[in-house]
Amino acid sequence: MTTAVTTLPVLHPARSLARMDMTLALRAGSVAGIVAVYAAAVGILKVFGQREVIVDHLTLGHVFLFSLAGACGAYVWTRSKASIRLRVINVVIAGIASGFFLVALIALMANVNLRWMFTALSSDLLRSLIYDRGAVGGSVLFLGAGALGAICGALLIGLPQTPRRCLVWGLSAVLIAGVFQELIQIALRFGWPITSLRTFLYVWRGLTLQGAMIAFATAFCVCWALDLGRRHLRRRRGPADIDVAIPRLRSQLASAVLLLCILVVFPLVAGSYIGQVMMLVSLFVLMGMGLNIEVGLAGLLDLGFVAFFAVGAYTMALLTADSEFALAHYTSLPSLTFWMALPLAVLAATGIGILFGLPVLGVRGDYLAVATLGLGEIVRVLVISDAAKPVLGGAQGILQVPKPTIGGIELVDPMHLFYLTLVFVLVAALIAWRLEGSRLGRAWTAIRDDEDVAQALGINLVQCKLLAYGLGAAFAGLAGAIFAAMLTSVYPHSFSLLVSINVLALLIVGGLGSLPGVIVGALLLIGLPEVLREFNEYRFLFYGVLLIVVMQWRPEGLWPSPQRKREVRTPRLG
Amino acid sequence: MAVASEKTRSAYAPAGLKPMITQTIATEHFNKRQGAAPVLLRTVDLSMRFGGLTALDRVSIDVHQGVIHSVIGPNGAGKTTLFNCVMQGHRISSGDIQLAGERLIGLTPDKVAAAGIARTYQNIRLFTGITAIENLLVGMHRHLKSRWWEAVLASSRCRHDEEKAHAEAREILKFVGLAGRGDTLARHLSYGDQRRLEIGRALCTRPKLLMLDEPTAGMNPREITEMMIFIRRVREAFGLTIVLIEHQMRLVMEVSDKVTVLDHGVKIAEGDPAYVKSNSAVIEAYLGHAAQRQEHPA
Amino acid sequence: MTATNALPERPQRRVRGRVSFTTVISWMLRITIVVTLLASAVSSVLKDRYSIDQWFDLVAFGITIGSVYALIALGYTMVYGVLRLINFAHGEIVMAGSFAGFFVAASLDSTGALNRYPILGFAAMLAIALLVSGGIAVLTERFAYRPFRHAPRLAPLICAIGVSFLLQQSFRGFFGTGLRSYPDPDWLMPPVSIFGFDVPAVQVLVVSSAIVVMVGLYLIVHKTRMGTAMRAVSEDVDVATLMGINVDRVVTFTFALGGAVGGIAGVFYGLVFKQVHFFMGFTPGIKAFGAAVLGGIGNVPGAMIGGIFLGICESVAPALLLDGFGIPAPHQMRDLVAFSLLIAVLIFRPYGIFGERLARRRG
Ligand SMILES: Nc1ncnc2c1ncn2[C@@H]1O[C@H](COP(=O)(O)OP(=O)(O)O)[C@@H](O)[C@H]1O
Ligand SMILES: [Mg+2]
Repeated sequence: MTTAVTTLPVLHPARSLARMDMTLALRAGSVAGIVAVYAAAVGILKVFGQREVIVDHLTLGHVFLFSLAGACGAYVWTRSKASIRLRVINVVIAGIASGFFLVALIALMANVNLRWMFTALSSDLLRSLIYDRGAVGGSVLFLGAGALGAICGALLIGLPQTPRRCLVWGLSAVLIAGVFQELIQIALRFGWPITSLRTFLYVWRGLTLQGAMIAFATAFCVCWALDLGRRHLRRRRGPADIDVAIPRLRSQLASAVLLLCILVVFPLVAGSYIGQVMMLVSLFVLMGMGLNIEVGLAGLLDLGFVAFFAVGAYTMALLTADSEFALAHYTSLPSLTFWMALPLAVLAATGIGILFGLPVLGVRGDYLAVATLGLGEIVRVLVISDAAKPVLGGAQGILQVPKPTIGGIELVDPMHLFYLTLVFVLVAALIAWRLEGSRLGRAWTAIRDDEDVAQALGINLVQCKLLAYGLGAAFAGLAGAIFAAMLTSVYPHSFSLLVSINVLALLIVGGLGSLPGVIVGALLLIGLPEVLREFNEYRFLFYGVLLIVVMQWRPEGLWPSPQRKREVRTPRLG
Repeated sequence: MAVASEKTRSAYAPAGLKPMITQTIATEHFNKRQGAAPVLLRTVDLSMRFGGLTALDRVSIDVHQGVIHSVIGPNGAGKTTLFNCVMQGHRISSGDIQLAGERLIGLTPDKVAAAGIARTYQNIRLFTGITAIENLLVGMHRHLKSRWWEAVLASSRCRHDEEKAHAEAREILKFVGLAGRGDTLARHLSYGDQRRLEIGRALCTRPKLLMLDEPTAGMNPREITEMMIFIRRVREAFGLTIVLIEHQMRLVMEVSDKVTVLDHGVKIAEGDPAYVKSNSAVIEAYLGHAAQRQEHPA
Repeated sequence: MTATNALPERPQRRVRGRVSFTTVISWMLRITIVVTLLASAVSSVLKDRYSIDQWFDLVAFGITIGSVYALIALGYTMVYGVLRLINFAHGEIVMAGSFAGFFVAASLDSTGALNRYPILGFAAMLAIALLVSGGIAVLTERFAYRPFRHAPRLAPLICAIGVSFLLQQSFRGFFGTGLRSYPDPDWLMPPVSIFGFDVPAVQVLVVSSAIVVMVGLYLIVHKTRMGTAMRAVSEDVDVATLMGINVDRVVTFTFALGGAVGGIAGVFYGLVFKQVHFFMGFTPGIKAFGAAVLGGIGNVPGAMIGGIFLGICESVAPALLLDGFGIPAPHQMRDLVAFSLLIAVLIFRPYGIFGERLARRRG
């Protein structure tokens, strides 16, 4: 963000203050405007513009642009030091400035063909956003909406806390009800009272204006009531809670349990597509827990993590598939069932993990990231190559991997597979959690902090690092084996570097070293893009932004482990 | 005499360590009087070269069991390098290092630690993100015998081990004067506390030989006196042999049994404090600067 | 208590592990690698499947692509020298340069200007690419890396990965997912004869311009004030700061320089492979990082030699080493060779073939 100019000329303090505020406003407006133009050029604005929040009235694109203007209005309002009147003027200027960039884009597009270069800048890009008003009407609309948005943002930030919170709740409720309308509509399909609620709020295409108002009012009132209740409580109990530490711990545990309950019940309510999504989420949670051991606990940044996933999947396929590449096809080995192959797949992944670890043991820090990246790529190139084709099936992969069975029943429904994976996730979480507090966990922490000192204290680096690699790989191998059975096939292109980045990103966003963080990260980074399918194309863009933003403003992650939080949030003395 | 001093000593010593303490201290006193304590650490013609720079040049030092042996010398003399070489942090250029007759050359640092050497660092190197007690527990790593799968299964042996380790860590914490501060983040401790915690962490590995690298760096005179008393207490309570790198002459002269002087990687003198103090080479190389400065304050 | 009586007895126990496990593994790896390489090279040569012309082609191509790697590696090496940061986004900066060059070339080509004024056209491509890449590099540093100047190592690295994805996916959004092919002007058509062998004109152009760029860069780094400041900062930031060097400016300058050279490399890469794509920066990025490590990271001439060495290796090695084993389609293994080389270097000579700078710095 821009920083305010700090040098003040001496002669005309008032006027120069006003001018300074003006540059502040212009700068904030330009940043917002550039972001808007970027969104247009990259194509996000178009996709947003197609997602309706309130049918026929409001798209996500509007919300995006309006909140951009709002954010810059709020920023100017809080940063500006001038009189109220000047501040209002500045906010309006900032809003108009933010709208101006899109207007300029419209003008440019009307005169120059940018399409041959920027594929997203088609002439109908902004049409839905300006309600088919044409260039002039659209420009006025953008400028007006920018100013209005900035004022709203400034108002919102200027309000006292309670009404502001209630407003935010209400607006978020509308946004959620609108954006996730498909999911909510499916979830509301049961029985009479609920179904009528659905018809009350929604038409089949999405949220109605009436529905939006109701959602807003409900959330607003709920928030207000909660706030009243809380204040009432506080007055009764006295201002300060002396022993906050223990309730906080308990509340953390409670929220973790709650999170788990939601995970269990949610797919039941939300239908089988969500079941499928949750299945994927849980696989990534499993992998995240594995990588968490390597990166979060032992501090070994591993960008070739996908290789273990691939090994698990291919082992499963080779051992169980009904295809010409299966080992049973050309050796005397019997064709195994899912359950018999599972431990072998995990074992194979562990073995590869240790092999992976061996050569890179002496490689430190960021070199390690590149070394593992290279190793992962080597595995991928090998799998795709013609040389390995007779064994691994080349680019076509291995087909006809059977699904797991329990007691003679084949688990075909993704929901069932999801519950199966959830059991594995719980076991893995238990293992990871126990290890974290153990002797080995402390040794990992020590290695992460200062490898040399750890070694001089008698910690065997080779052993500890290999254990980290092996255990991390085991989790990933498990996930891979389930993945193969879920898809009933394995292809090399499922195992690109992007999977490693996915897992790393979800770890970082959730909070390195934190088990609930893994779940939150996976829900946010794997679940959300699957649910909002048309944004899937921009998923890695979103990851990139998220990684930068999280590292800059919340390096401990969204749900940090207590230790990490301490490390990041408490200042270093001395 | 032994009985009386044992009483006072046992006040500091962690419960589990008492029997050992009496035994070693008794032999140490005996040996000292006889002047024939066995050599614990021996370097023979130890050389360490970094490219063209010779940080240590054929240094031979014998550290006898039970003594406090100081290594002094101007900055850049190679004292820290000596510690690094003993710990096998560097691959030495030539020479030999033995602990109680065992060659250390070629071992990894963790094996050296297992052989019974622990050290501290000139610039404190605690694990800053974890608490004081966790730092000590890391030091105890080697003595916890439960395997990782036992931790996963939460076996009774593992839990027992952990409890015992925590108890011992609390004892050590008390010994280094940090009783009750176990849950403080290491980086939030005061400078002196960090120094003592680092020594405590080294003690947790139950070493035979403790190497302290400038434990009083950056301290005021009162703290230095306290540190001096503390070092003596450590030696007596744990029956350790201590190698001490120091700049504070007062401290060196008071606590050391023997002093080795390094200058530009070369051992220029060795003997008891009084001898070293009067040695002309030392005065020239080391004390000499100070003496001259006193004579000509300009 | 077990420990209590264990202590006095321990000296008698034999100390195990004199030769550490890692050393054994490392030597075993070394020996295996050398033996297999020798064996396969011998069997390849004995098989005699390639004519001398073909070998020459492979080497020439290797030098070409190697000089491109060398240019990219310079960016890594300079940034690493100054900030001790692996600029993961550097591959994407190269890609940006390639795109910029492509758009200039394509618009010139559509009017026919590219064929009429070859030198001007080429210069325009390079200039725009240089500006775009340098600009992006500077912006990246300002907004993504600077806040982490003093943060622990993992944070800037992860941020760099984030930047890399942001750039890559932005270009994907801007310019689409398809391949775009570089224009093929007439003046790049006729092959040039060197030592009696025919070499494509592109290769001659790329190698000769790369040499010019490298010489220029060498002069900048070694002969200008800013270059001297840069070397001072790589040597020791704190001392450089004490000497009154404005570290922020030096860092910005380094990124600009590295980015500009990367942009030029991007144009060359596009000219050699005749296409641009949003994902094209990734592989040469990693390989060039390998080249930078090979030459001793932080070492400018080292990066140049490392790059060319890597290029020749990956071009010749599949034919020389893998063909001997009868591996089908050895050319698919080009990346494999490069990555293996990268890992081998990281494991066995992390301080590069020339330097011991990093090894010293560890203390
Ligand atoms: N890892 C290393 N690489 C290169 N030179 C080193 C290294 N460690 C120490 N030195 C050099 O060896 C000499 C001795 O250093 P040191 O042992 O730290 O001295 P001191 O006696 O002050 O502790 C110094 O000149 C120092 O620069
Ligand atoms: Mg020193």
